[in-house]
Amino acid sequence: MSIAHAVKDSGVMVARCLRRSRRDPEAFFTALMLPIVLMLLFVYVFGGALNTGGAYVDYVVPGLIVLCAGFGAGTTAVAVATDMSNGIVDRFRSMPISGSSILLGHIVASLARNLLATALVIGVGLGVGWRPTTSVLPWLGAVAMIVTFVLALSWLAAAVGLLARTVEAANSFTFVLMFLPYVSTAFVPAHTMPAALRGVAEHQPFTPIIETMRGLWMGHTSTGASVGREAVVAIGYCAAILVGSVAAASWLFRHRTSR
Amino acid sequence: MTYTVIARGLSKSFGARTVLDQVDLEVSTGSVLALLGPNGAGKTTLVRILATLLRPDVGAATVAGRDLLTDPVGVKRSISLTGQYAAIDDVLTGQENLEMMARLRHLPRRAVGPRVRELLAEFNLADARDRRAGTYSGGMRRRLDLAVSMISHPQLMFLDEPTTGLDPRSRDQLWATVRRLVADGVTFLLTTQYLEEADQLADTIAVLDRGRVVARGTPEALKANLGAEVLRLQFADAASYQGALACLAAEPTPDRLRTLEVATDGSAAEVSAVLRRLDDAGVAASKVTSHRPSLDEVFLALTSAGPESKELVR
Repeated sequence: MSIAHAVKDSGVMVARCLRRSRRDPEAFFTALMLPIVLMLLFVYVFGGALNTGGAYVDYVVPGLIVLCAGFGAGTTAVAVATDMSNGIVDRFRSMPISGSSILLGHIVASLARNLLATALVIGVGLGVGWRPTTSVLPWLGAVAMIVTFVLALSWLAAAVGLLARTVEAANSFTFVLMFLPYVSTAFVPAHTMPAALRGVAEHQPFTPIIETMRGLWMGHTSTGASVGREAVVAIGYCAAILVGSVAAASWLFRHRTSR
Repeated sequence: MTYTVIARGLSKSFGARTVLDQVDLEVSTGSVLALLGPNGAGKTTLVRILATLLRPDVGAATVAGRDLLTDPVGVKRSISLTGQYAAIDDVLTGQENLEMMARLRHLPRRAVGPRVRELLAEFNLADARDRRAGTYSGGMRRRLDLAVSMISHPQLMFLDEPTTGLDPRSRDQLWATVRRLVADGVTFLLTTQYLEEADQLADTIAVLDRGRVVARGTPEALKANLGAEVLRLQFADAASYQGALACLAAEPTPDRLRTLEVATDGSAAEVSAVLRRLDDAGVAASKVTSHRPSLDEVFLALTSAGPESKELVR
């Protein structure tokens, strides 16, 4: 199979997955409403009572980006599980196309959905008074962090979608990913939590990813560590999730489809 | 004779469970072979192996002139698989399904549109082209499924239980479509649990039971194996039943009370010979009927799915 064919096949699969996302009005609407509703909720309802040393919107934007990405990953896991429970993957595999194009279609569509949601969070944030740095380099760094994180999370979601026996099981992944950010520095600084929770919050993967964005946009982190240090840990986490998930997804795809 | 499928000694186990055990199979080019068997006989596994989805543990096969193990991509180019459930994208429209599959079959860009229109017309789906496949009826889904399969003019089509869940009218339509494609020269390998389906469509039937081919032949030959006509004799009491058993050397039928079945060639001479022997022995049958064995009887005689062995399994 030529590289040209593999690229073309992947293009067809990406188009398919994007079209499927657009035609799932419920999920699409939720994905668009979530960033807006959460932003308004956190800034105007909870924000007044939370003291994070400055305007709460300046604190919360990276946390909401991560939360929405978690929701997006759940959508990806469900999309992969739905495909696997259908005869269509068998048909694809009996055709002379590259097997990886099937997963790549889901990954690229997942990236597109999540980056759209992220752009929405940023847009709404700016609209309600978020004032991040205006220099170009930190922005590029923050965007690179988001893309890396979303890519790793999309592959993890694909692996979960392949592992899940049912669409419902894949759906429960959304719950885990939407809960985890609450026990991180997404919405309140870790030092305000009880000791046990603080330990979790300080060491789970979401925190360095959030802190890297926060540090780049606002000039300081909530943990007191330098942006550089947080970024190194964040990239380490993302790389580990990415490598593990790609390996797991590839293995699962081969084994789940050959029974 | 040329063969589109030649399989030799295919075996496959999942853990300790042997699903296929040394299966040999030939499908001659342009014919329809029906793999007939009860649930769990290994039909789907055999199809999945021949369609490159699964590797056999042992054995080899040539499909459409390509070696299954060394040239799977060559095999994939010449086959088309229709699974137990219509393998189409429910969220896409009929036309979009066909366009997507045409691109994945690497049709030249300009050829996609005309080919898709041609297939929509051929499979009577032109009116439903812009509706999502998820809203199609069972029969329409199967037609779309077959249309998708025909995009690249396959030499061999696999149909895995194609009419499961279809109403009788849609089933007849699907059979008509298969016959039309056979007339166009497509070779079919279909699996079914329905003897009628095999009888209607197949040139050759291979009966699969617990991973082994237990019989193969034309539907007619398989039926002839049980005798052209079966004479069923019913007796009023146990004494005459025992007497008939002794004088006719017939097989007892444990599932029917005091009833014997004798295979005959259907001629009056043979039937009256049986009755004369009963007369000579002084045994009176209370009822005599004659009937042609159906494929169902062939099937039950050949496979382990008869009522007795089911008892043993439980």
